[in-house]
Amino acid sequence: MAKVTSGLGTSHIPLLGYLMDKGESHLEKWAPIFKGYEFTKKWIREQKPDVVILVYNDHATTFDMKLIPTFAIGCGESYRPADEGYGARPVPLVKGAPKLAWHIAESVILQGFDLTIVNEMTVDHGLTVPLSMVFGEVEEWPCQVIPLAVNTVVYPAPTGERCLALGKAIRAAVEQFPDDLTVQVWGTGGMSHQLLGERAGLINREWDLAFMDDLKNDYEKLAKISQVEYIRESGTEGSEMVMWLIMRGALNHEVQEVHRHYHVPVSNTALGHLIYENASQESEEEKTL
Amino acid sequence: MNNQQKPYDNIPGTTVFDGDMARIGFHLNQFCMSLMQESNRVAFKQNERAYLDQWPMTEAQKTAVLERNFSQLIALGGNIYYLVKISSTDGLSVAAAVSTMTDLSVDEYIDMMRRGGRSPEGNRFTDQGESKPSEESLWQK
Repeated sequence: MAKVTSGLGTSHIPLLGYLMDKGESHLEKWAPIFKGYEFTKKWIREQKPDVVILVYNDHATTFDMKLIPTFAIGCGESYRPADEGYGARPVPLVKGAPKLAWHIAESVILQGFDLTIVNEMTVDHGLTVPLSMVFGEVEEWPCQVIPLAVNTVVYPAPTGERCLALGKAIRAAVEQFPDDLTVQVWGTGGMSHQLLGERAGLINREWDLAFMDDLKNDYEKLAKISQVEYIRESGTEGSEMVMWLIMRGALNHEVQEVHRHYHVPVSNTALGHLIYENASQESEEEKTL
Repeated sequence: MNNQQKPYDNIPGTTVFDGDMARIGFHLNQFCMSLMQESNRVAFKQNERAYLDQWPMTEAQKTAVLERNFSQLIALGGNIYYLVKISSTDGLSVAAAVSTMTDLSVDEYIDMMRRGGRSPEGNRFTDQGESKPSEESLWQK
């Protein structure tokens, strides 16, 4: 059977991909940013996930104002990195996991989540930057990826409660899938940032760190944060953090935080990153309850 | 929600890209979207006015594009992720575009970010300089 074993949260700031693509990520001045992913690169080589369900938001790349799905799941065979206005990132083609993706789509729609199904799309920095930060510079991505795009560009984004519940539904779907697969769920975006208006440049370190603290055990409380509160406290783009709740919902109640990294600034944004592993055997215990 | 107080109206220096903004900014944002293609970027740079005239945008929107007035573009329904396609076409960083909406120069803005960014203190509510506990805050300690 397929199983969600672990999850991670990470910002998906475009500068990170830019620096890697230009071969500048090793420069000393960027060390405080990239050092925080050295553990992650070792960890992922041990974990060897077969599939990553990668929760991100499209930034007016595949979805423009013609079409704005709140939740969209990629069921395609592969996805090309997008040209976001200055040429596509020179990173590998993203291989999909269509069989599992279709299974998840069917399952969670029947569980009450009206997902949009996407078979062809390009993927922007929201999806490719996390892959680069976790896997590094590789000839090909060492796992399949199911993109899960969440609208956080046009108000309102889905609520935290809905995101948390979707994560739980995805986990249930994965556990019904007959193939033996190790699956991870990644929540990306955030942390605090605001890219517009006189208040641009807002960073709320205290908020970000409290969010990361509470995500482990008090995620139900985080799920009640309204988008207005996200905007007020963590900036207009800080509301991307709801996507971390999808990741959290897909994991056991009991998780172990095995890594954390926080750094301000990366261009206009606070960078946050953490890794959770499901506490062992709880999944089995829960099933017998 | 038209003509009604919105719960985010009292956040200072902030425009939330909601349905009202999306509606008035539709053609402006789709114009920006067209700059994702190299051939369109070239055509735009060759004759910006002529290129803009192909889009059913308001005169005020076209003028704001020509002036690269990002504060005005936001007020006229532009979304920042679309608007940065204009600044990318100009070869400018996101920070360069974003900083023009603040009272800081680009260098001052970048320096502020290096020092930890803009504090939320005093920046949560328009009606008072000091922050106050939010009535909607179910979470903040």
